[in-house]
Amino acid sequence: MASEVEKKAVFDIDSAKEVVQELRASFVAGKTKDYEWRRTQLKAMLKMMDENEPQIVAALRDDLSKPELESSIYEIAMLKNSCKLALKKMKHWVMPEKAKTSLATFPSSAEIVSEPLGVVLVISAWNYPLLLSLDPVIGAIAAGNAIVLKPSEISPATASLLAKLVANYMDSSCIKVVEGAVPETTALLEQKWDKIMYTGNGRIGRIVMAAAAKHLTPVVLELGGKCPVIVDSGINLQVATRRIIAGKWGCNNGQACISPDYIITTKDYAVELVDSFKCELERFYGKNPLESKDLSRVVNSNHFARLLKLLDEDKVSSKIVYGGERDKSNLKIAPTILLDVPQDSLIMNEEIFGPLLPIITIDKVEDSFDLINSGTKPLAAYMFTNNKKLKEKFVEKVSAGGLVINDTTVHLAEPTLPFGGVGDSGMGAYHGKFSFDTFSHKKAVLYRSFAGDAPLRYPPYTNGKLRLLKALLGGSILGIIRALMGWSKA
Amino acid sequence: MLSSMEKSIAELRETFKNGGTKSISWRKSQLKALLQLINQNEDSIFKALDQDLGKSPVESYRDEVGVLKKSVTYTLSCLEKWVAPKKAEVPLLFFPAKAEVMPQPLGVVLIFSSWNFPFTLALDPLIGAISAGNTVLLKPSDLAPACMSFLVETIPKYLDNKAVKVLAGGADIGERLLQLKWDKIFFTGSPRVGRLVMAAAAKHLTPVTLELGGKSPAIVDTLSTTPSKAKVTAKRIVGGKWGPCTGQACIAIDYVLVEEKLASTLIELLKKTIKRFYGENIKSLKNISRIVNKHQFQRLVNLLKDPNVADSIVYGGSVDEEKLVIEPTILLDPPLDSEIMSEEIFGPLLPIITLKNIEESIDFINSKSNPLVIYAFTEDDTFKKRILSETSSGTVTFNDSMVQFLCDSLPFGGVGQSGFGRYHGKYSFDTFSHEKSIMHRGFYPEIEPRYPPWTDFKLLFLKLAYQFDYFGLILLLLGFKRS
Repeated sequence: MASEVEKKAVFDIDSAKEVVQELRASFVAGKTKDYEWRRTQLKAMLKMMDENEPQIVAALRDDLSKPELESSIYEIAMLKNSCKLALKKMKHWVMPEKAKTSLATFPSSAEIVSEPLGVVLVISAWNYPLLLSLDPVIGAIAAGNAIVLKPSEISPATASLLAKLVANYMDSSCIKVVEGAVPETTALLEQKWDKIMYTGNGRIGRIVMAAAAKHLTPVVLELGGKCPVIVDSGINLQVATRRIIAGKWGCNNGQACISPDYIITTKDYAVELVDSFKCELERFYGKNPLESKDLSRVVNSNHFARLLKLLDEDKVSSKIVYGGERDKSNLKIAPTILLDVPQDSLIMNEEIFGPLLPIITIDKVEDSFDLINSGTKPLAAYMFTNNKKLKEKFVEKVSAGGLVINDTTVHLAEPTLPFGGVGDSGMGAYHGKFSFDTFSHKKAVLYRSFAGDAPLRYPPYTNGKLRLLKALLGGSILGIIRALMGWSKA
Repeated sequence: MLSSMEKSIAELRETFKNGGTKSISWRKSQLKALLQLINQNEDSIFKALDQDLGKSPVESYRDEVGVLKKSVTYTLSCLEKWVAPKKAEVPLLFFPAKAEVMPQPLGVVLIFSSWNFPFTLALDPLIGAISAGNTVLLKPSDLAPACMSFLVETIPKYLDNKAVKVLAGGADIGERLLQLKWDKIFFTGSPRVGRLVMAAAAKHLTPVTLELGGKSPAIVDTLSTTPSKAKVTAKRIVGGKWGPCTGQACIAIDYVLVEEKLASTLIELLKKTIKRFYGENIKSLKNISRIVNKHQFQRLVNLLKDPNVADSIVYGGSVDEEKLVIEPTILLDPPLDSEIMSEEIFGPLLPIITLKNIEESIDFINSKSNPLVIYAFTEDDTFKKRILSETSSGTVTFNDSMVQFLCDSLPFGGVGQSGFGRYHGKYSFDTFSHEKSIMHRGFYPEIEPRYPPWTDFKLLFLKLAYQFDYFGLILLLLGFKRS
């Protein structure tokens, strides 16, 4: 049952305070710590998705014109997997981890205990509005926290649906959805949280972290960047092209944080690459991609205008080698490829987040590493090559959240890999056990006994004690024996 | 025109960019050089610590020199293992594929250290930063000026100047440093300054580790066991309060919780132990540090000004302003709303709070913000479990004080107001690293249903694939499943 607060006309600072107070009371009462409660909530989430798939697909179509397959697979199926994994593995994740102890603290035993952080805030994004809302929530529940979820107002149908479904299926005294835009988010950010996880852009990421700083709240920021794809020659070009297309236009029409943003290839290979793209794009989306049902639209007119600005810049519009068509009334831009846009163009200086793919050419493939490192660190970087040395160099030199060789975006589906950024692409990571860990405090516990109380710890301080201390901290048995025998110097 | 500070940082960035800190051999050589620095300058280090804080050589060795030597040696022996990529499991669906996580340096890092353990808190994070392959700017606290000078003069003689720099100065230098862009900031200090550091870091999306403080309590439940255990308890409490820099330590015992009926026993034991360790009175005080400066001295003296607090003093209370000494002082049940019971004490004053039942200590601790450590002297296993599950702190140590600091396998850090992030041992390496995910795929086999145009068959295929329902997939491909 949704509480009074969410039904109030205006969600202001007082409303936010009340929400946090209620959740804190639930947390302190131990509701969310209870193992069975966590299992029940995760099972309820699974049921929620099983019983509402058509409604979810419809909401995503409303918000993004997302093709049914993308909704079913990249949002619903991935989320269900994440839930199932948590249900299966949670009993291992909650177990304390034994830690080794050394001679310095002998005799003792040590362990690391996971405990929930408390009341956490998850702010999600509009492009994968279901996945990016509920995947972090899965981690937060598994770790035993109380949660406020703030979905993006730019995908309003999904946000409303989430609010309704979460209220109906999950425990509202511990998990709440707050809808709204800037004023509501600001009200939430004024409160004291035990952790904030934000998925979105760097500008807002800075605002979130600055707000968190007031309360010393730790944050996870999943941001973005320009994810490059390096394409070497001597590869299966058709497979490579298809995988790039799948990662670009197949992922919400390029509106995904890990979508290939731009391509780097050699001058010699560029023509072949462009031809391959033309061929495969037509195979996937037909001669009139603006009419294809298998492409999401651009989310709203703001972003549409933004993308056109990138495309229509003087020195850029002449570089279009494929596509460029647009349909303003349906907010559609056809898959567009550009060749050799200038480095100082707008399109090469901000994250594109749309269906435009610039190809930059260089002389040697090795030059691409410096080119990538001259920009800010992206969330992901991709390389297609069969050259072992190049693979090694790529892995060693390119700093990004995650790397994939000979494919794009698939690392997202791998729960054993931490998913997160570095530098401007963010901080912290999640997925699989990393989600559980990110919403936990890992408490160190040392058990000591009363036996073996070394007088050398205590005053009066003497040279003999100094010798012994040196030997003990040095960890060598021989050293200790020598010190005890008085054979070593102070 | 770049200032000298900006030039220094530009040099650090250049060194990092050119791969100067990448190789394991470079990292090891720096760590070995640090060990040499410590070994060859032990006496100067003892002298500086005596000058700034009145620490005796044994305390200095135990809490600073020895800890650092142990830390460097441990890091040197584990570095190759830590640097190696870790394999991650990949499901059959992605075959053939290889996945791994590889630690990478963050880049140019800034370390702010505190004045109370001016060597440990500066060099222990430095060890982590170097081992992870970063370039470093270290800003020691100017409130321990002799130690700061030592670091400024000596580090350049042993370590690679292009990669590790030390900057002297006060709060103004700190503020200027915070305006610049770093790849990581590691801060040890107070929550107030921690907020400023994080707010500055937010402008550049710089990740931070904040090692702050709080009121670390000691729950005492072992006085009615055996006399010897009671004695050891008292020794460990005294050692955990006045041992580290006369209570000026983030992990020092801030206050004690004990049952009413045992309070006098505890106080008697503490008095005896204090006298044995530190001398009979303030005139014959020995084996103990002094207060760092007039400002801190005044702050502590002010805590005792409240007449209700002064009335609760049962031992000590004398101060010597000239020598900046406050003798070990015990208070019994000062008012709970007094400053001494709401602020982190960070000094040689020990309030003892009595409870009807020791189990009440859990609620008492929970009424305050999360401390860095909870010390619990108890042999009751049920009580231990309750403390672990019903309180939250950076660390919990049972039946001792301070020693968790020596455990390289335990993460050292806070939670809530006591901070976030952690270090020591491998955690130091991790805190200055980015764990990069890497996935290697082959070109074959290809999974056609990944690509449009979308059909019902492809949808069903992908649904089965995502459930890792390999059997179902086979049936589908053989035509035994209908879409």
